[in-house]
Amino acid sequence: MNEILWESAYFGMVLSVIYFWFGTWLRRRFPSPLVNPLLIASILTIATIVLLDIDYDAYTKGASHLTWLLTPSTVCLAVPLYRQLQLLRRHWQAIVISVGAGCVACAVTVAVMSRLLHLTPEIYHSLQPKSVTTAIALGVGTQLGGLEGIISLGVMITGLFGVVIVDVVLKLLKVTHPVAKGLAIGNSIHAIGTAHALELGEIEGAMSGLTIVVAGIMTVILAPLFSGLG
Amino acid sequence: MTYMFQFLIIAAVSFVGELLSLVVPLPIPGSVYGLLLLLVLLITGVVKLHHIEKAADFLIQIMPMLFIAPAVSVLPIFDSVADSLLAVALVCVVSTLVVMIITGVVAQALVTRKEGRKHE
Repeated sequence: MNEILWESAYFGMVLSVIYFWFGTWLRRRFPSPLVNPLLIASILTIATIVLLDIDYDAYTKGASHLTWLLTPSTVCLAVPLYRQLQLLRRHWQAIVISVGAGCVACAVTVAVMSRLLHLTPEIYHSLQPKSVTTAIALGVGTQLGGLEGIISLGVMITGLFGVVIVDVVLKLLKVTHPVAKGLAIGNSIHAIGTAHALELGEIEGAMSGLTIVVAGIMTVILAPLFSGLG
Repeated sequence: MTYMFQFLIIAAVSFVGELLSLVVPLPIPGSVYGLLLLLVLLITGVVKLHHIEKAADFLIQIMPMLFIAPAVSVLPIFDSVADSLLAVALVCVVSTLVVMIITGVVAQALVTRKEGRKHE
């Protein structure tokens, strides 16, 4: 079976889309933060590959067509941002201060925990950029001497865990303003969070998308400064 | 034709963003340069919203689905990181909560203070 799937350029893509569609259907039936389409689709895809012993490359061959769209769709985050430009102008101080505070808090937390857990420098450097979008995280992390696998793992655990708990956390903290929600989501769970924020509303999505840029740039500057602390 | 023209603009901006990321020696991906570039083009009016809106809204709508493959991509390297999985997960969970809480609370305080002031 693997040989046939190997030849197919669509297998991985169809598998991903079906599982995502199933996840969306499941959430409509059982509306709970735990029922997240991305989380469900990722788990089902991994389970399928492992249980049916499918060649990982055969899956990637098709699924990479979807990943290829990530750059243009990230570029398009400029559209909701442009539509909400008034809010950006109005709240730029709040944006810079809150995102900056979050980035510093992240850097300190990761440094302190790495020391407490006696993590090796490689793992510490891999986790430093974990709250930014994968492409920036990989760039920053590998420059500091991190390991690619752990960088991706950190970003993914962050994204999937964050997207499941974020609504409950923000509700408990009484973070209700759409601008504040968007900033918190974008700063803690990067692009995966932004995809979720866009479902909450255009303001949330625009602010979360903006935070990918702001937090990304801040992390590029901050991470090397904190690299000796782990 | 509408979609083809719209996607052409988006693809062209992505391409220029990618070129920038190759030229500028910073670990910033092309998508981030592209986002900023498209925002500048929209603000300056070189690109109008209706030139790209339909294709852009479609691409944004399918965005969550595009993260399935990156999530699955940890599978082949799983064995090599299995030893540190627990520590990695713990650091990620705690720091994600910290960032979420700090950013959310600070932003909520600053934003509502500003909103309150306009009524004075």
